[in-house]
Amino acid sequence: MAKQKKELDVRFKKFGSVSFTATTKVNDFIDYLEKGKVMGTRCKNCGKRYFPPRADCFQCLSSEMEWFEVEGNGKLITYSKLQYAPVGFEKDLPYYIALLDYGDYKVFGRISPDVPEEEIKIGMDMKTVVRSLPNGQLSYAFVKSE
Amino acid sequence: MGKVAIIGVGQSAFVRRYDGSIRELAFEGFREALKDANLSVNDIDASIICSAPEYDKQRSPAGVFAEYLGLTPKPTFYLESLCSSSSMGLRVAYSMVKSGLHDIVAVIGFQKMSELTSSESQERMGRGADIQWESPFGTMMPAYYAMYAKAHMEKYGTTLEDLALVRIKSSVYGQINEKAVYRKPVSMDMFSDPENPLSGPVSSPLRVGDCCANADGSSCIVVASEEKAKAISDKPVWILGVGAASESVNLATRDLFTGLRVAREAARQAYEMAGIGPKDVDVAEVHDCFTIAEIMAYEDLGFAEPGEGKELIRSKETYKEGSIPVNVDGGLLSKGHPIGATGGSQIRTIVLQLRGEAGPMQVKDPEIGLVHNIGGVGLYGNVTILGR
Repeated sequence: MAKQKKELDVRFKKFGSVSFTATTKVNDFIDYLEKGKVMGTRCKNCGKRYFPPRADCFQCLSSEMEWFEVEGNGKLITYSKLQYAPVGFEKDLPYYIALLDYGDYKVFGRISPDVPEEEIKIGMDMKTVVRSLPNGQLSYAFVKSE
Repeated sequence: MGKVAIIGVGQSAFVRRYDGSIRELAFEGFREALKDANLSVNDIDASIICSAPEYDKQRSPAGVFAEYLGLTPKPTFYLESLCSSSSMGLRVAYSMVKSGLHDIVAVIGFQKMSELTSSESQERMGRGADIQWESPFGTMMPAYYAMYAKAHMEKYGTTLEDLALVRIKSSVYGQINEKAVYRKPVSMDMFSDPENPLSGPVSSPLRVGDCCANADGSSCIVVASEEKAKAISDKPVWILGVGAASESVNLATRDLFTGLRVAREAARQAYEMAGIGPKDVDVAEVHDCFTIAEIMAYEDLGFAEPGEGKELIRSKETYKEGSIPVNVDGGLLSKGHPIGATGGSQIRTIVLQLRGEAGPMQVKDPEIGLVHNIGGVGLYGNVTILGR
């Protein structure tokens, strides 16, 4: 009997405007995005939290990880407005990249284009929300906290 | 175990477009270094070829260069740490000589960036960051450094004018460095004139004038054991300290956004190894890939307290006549930044300064010089201290 070839899990191709990665052990990240959740991983052994999510804990060398949801407010650490883009992102211009501090971990991503420029301030509270992109890709963006 | 010296330095002119192949480009820096050291190719025991990969069609350039430069059958290999590749090459050459494995090692840095368009190049360089978690958002080098600039300005009150002052200083020396790409004067007015290309927005708060240009170029540093150096050279420059460090690639797992941890750590190691402190440095080359990077370097190297870097540029203390001259060859902002060649060019400048051979750029009688060379967005950091 012919051996069944295992299908390649390329879910991560769906991440962001342009994904440069197809396979990763944390591909379930994409399934969570589809459910509207942005998730990190926590080491079951030592409790260390990771964002972006990882399959392995460098602290205790365990690969027993569980998912946790990025929720609540993060503080805007810094940001930049791009008016020149690398190949593949020109149509998105202008756009913001930014970093939020959640205390235990930080999240890198884009500020949602519907946040008015004059309202963006370092130190402000923001939330991370899932975004479906026009090209069918999945991403997340930062919006103002209510 | 003996000391380790630099006995020869060379670099090609840095240009926007080099009309030759990479082996021919590498030959230019190599020839100048051999002539400077008064050596023939047969004297070189091993070579280290340094660049950032992905710019060339040629895989594994070390073998190609070994043939073209006449280095066969001596050992050669390729080494990369992005923009700090040739400083990392010097560190490895230092250890190879210090261990007694080789007597004379050539560190050859090169980059031919002109084979790519500027935006393709930005995309490649963006992939020097985290391709899994950050590149999908459309990142590029200026945008990352812009985030550091924004944080620095917010926390310490550094201004757009301070950033422009760094570029203006750079242009003073770029004009007198015949190997620099950008040799025109720059004034504050150019940054406020919307018609001027230097004022064009790239990634806020950074403007075109805040960014160094892509370039093609090569450099070569010849490293020798104490015994060989004393026998061959009447003006060896000694390697007093080699510091190196790494940092998390993803910004989300970093803690410092107003300075580069790799620079602070590499500087700490280099100062300790050399047995000196920041006040002992007479002339420095720092990695000013962006204007903000030079201000952060002042602070990370201890020339100024955190947040006080702007005072050094406002008071012109980092000009040639100041208390701590920095990048008096025009730096990356004026010379251009052919990634793998940059560290070697910085080292060359300091060696020439310590020998008193820097011509119109010469600082008065320096004894100790420092090279700060950063790979990626503070991903790799090398600090090298040299002395007469």
